[in-house]
Amino acid sequence: MRRQFPLIITFFIGTLIVISEFIPHKPFGNLSDTFYGWFLIISGFAIILGQLNLFKVNLIKISRKSPNWRYYIIALVSFIIMVLFGLLWGTQKHPGLLTNTQPLIDFLGRKPFDYLFKYFFENLSATMFSLLAFFVASASYRAFRARSPESTLLLTSAVLVMLGRTTIGTWITGWVPESLTYLHLPNIANFIMEYLNTAAQRAIMICAGLGVVGSSLRIILGIERSYLGGK
Amino acid sequence: MKSSYIIILFFLLIYNCLLAQEISFSVQDNPNDDGSGIVLQWNFDNKDISSIIIKRSTDNIHFKKITKPLISDRKHLDQDGISPGIDYYYQIHFLDRNGEEIIPPILASASSKAQWFNKDKIPLLVMTLLLTTIIVYLISSAKKGKRLFIRRISGLDMIEEAVGRATELGKPILFVPGIMDLDNIQTLAGLNILGHLAQKVAQYDTTIHVPVCRSMVLSTAKEIVKESYLRAGRPDAFNPDSVFYLTDDQFGYVAGVDGIIVREKPAANFYLGAFYAESLILAETGFESGAIQIAGTAMPSQIPFFVAACDYTLIGEELYAASAYLSKIPAQLGSLKGQDYGKVIVIFLIFIGIILEIFNIHFFKDFISMK
Repeated sequence: MRRQFPLIITFFIGTLIVISEFIPHKPFGNLSDTFYGWFLIISGFAIILGQLNLFKVNLIKISRKSPNWRYYIIALVSFIIMVLFGLLWGTQKHPGLLTNTQPLIDFLGRKPFDYLFKYFFENLSATMFSLLAFFVASASYRAFRARSPESTLLLTSAVLVMLGRTTIGTWITGWVPESLTYLHLPNIANFIMEYLNTAAQRAIMICAGLGVVGSSLRIILGIERSYLGGK
Repeated sequence: MKSSYIIILFFLLIYNCLLAQEISFSVQDNPNDDGSGIVLQWNFDNKDISSIIIKRSTDNIHFKKITKPLISDRKHLDQDGISPGIDYYYQIHFLDRNGEEIIPPILASASSKAQWFNKDKIPLLVMTLLLTTIIVYLISSAKKGKRLFIRRISGLDMIEEAVGRATELGKPILFVPGIMDLDNIQTLAGLNILGHLAQKVAQYDTTIHVPVCRSMVLSTAKEIVKESYLRAGRPDAFNPDSVFYLTDDQFGYVAGVDGIIVREKPAANFYLGAFYAESLILAETGFESGAIQIAGTAMPSQIPFFVAACDYTLIGEELYAASAYLSKIPAQLGSLKGQDYGKVIVIFLIFIGIILEIFNIHFFKDFISMK
């Protein structure tokens, strides 16, 4: 029964969601939104579970002096500071427990939580994101080596798109007469992106869509039970 | 004197008739909805009109302004507190630059009605029923013992080898189930693979790290790994802290996972789920650490990154097929075969569409693209 009950719920809710897609009449029409609302409520409670897990795992690693245990202290201290600042002085939209916050706000220019968010968290986050530029360069270098006919094709189309999307592309083929505009690099780049690339992406999306149908059916019918820990 | 009045009235009548011809206003129930919308449409060809105001009433006496559409608009969908079965009265006011009414407001009324079937979704219903029938038929055929050929998926065949390699090297395995929550089917597909992977990990007695960025995924992944250890007959080897929460923030999560890759140097990295900009940051860090990497996502924009940086990539549908492929359960394999037949149907429909469009016949495209 421990396994059967979730399967019955899954079948019932899954079928209802599919039906509600075709019946706009109440109560079916807004069932999807209602269930999503329930999901958000549950996930709201689950956040506490996540925070507790974060706290516990880090504490265990510090207490056992695991390798690099000092990093976990930084994580825990940052976590506690943000929680405390948020609770005591509040955030931009919500008041905190302390009432006399104006002097500190005047000094920092904003509430302490927002100050840390703006000047620490956002910068750290942007630093991680900016790493992407370097990783794109290194991954492209490997991917664009002409080792096989396929990778040569990839390299050629990538060079054409890159040149076509920059001013140098316009400059290189600027002299081509008007009657041969399709040979302009920006036009070639647009052709590759609009037709070849879009066609390939749509093929992937159609197949993924069919995969979603198959996967959903397996879950709704109870054939797929791995997500419940079953086989 | 009397005749001059008649002449003036006659011209006024003609003028109003001309205005009526160039200005129209109609309201009607919004079709295929739950009765929460009324569609207002108007048309005019008068250059003196510089603004429009629409008012609404339920008693035809007290009107309240509901919107001031752009002068270029010709349609408005009123969904502001509309209930089915109630008569709503609408007034449209055409104003000139000075805010003066050019003509008296035009009145129209309608009531909305909740529909029991959305006719715009007939093509979707037809496709859903067709695909469901095929898949269910093939599932039952497979259950009866019919042998089904499923093509090889290299990335999934490599899972056992990756686990074996990690065991030999004495290094852990890293599993990243994407950055989306449980309501995303890609996350579920990734977690399904985690079940099979964790069982292998338990059998080979190696270590697995599953950092997650959603609390709901935490509890589900933990349960899946625990059950897998139980199934492998090694419940004592399960470490509850092997599945842990990092943060909900996208780049905070990336920083955490990158830290694990750099410090722990896992022998095999699995990225299976929904990914966005973090895909390449994770995969490139993993590549530089020298790990064998298997990725899978249905995000078309992230697939090239995984292909460039990982050893094996499950593209789109392969991610959803993975669990069925790994389990080798006939019923699940039947559903995979059904998906393949679905592809044949889609190719056939595209082919028909192209032929009909070449011959300038549009009914098929209009039917398929019905919204």
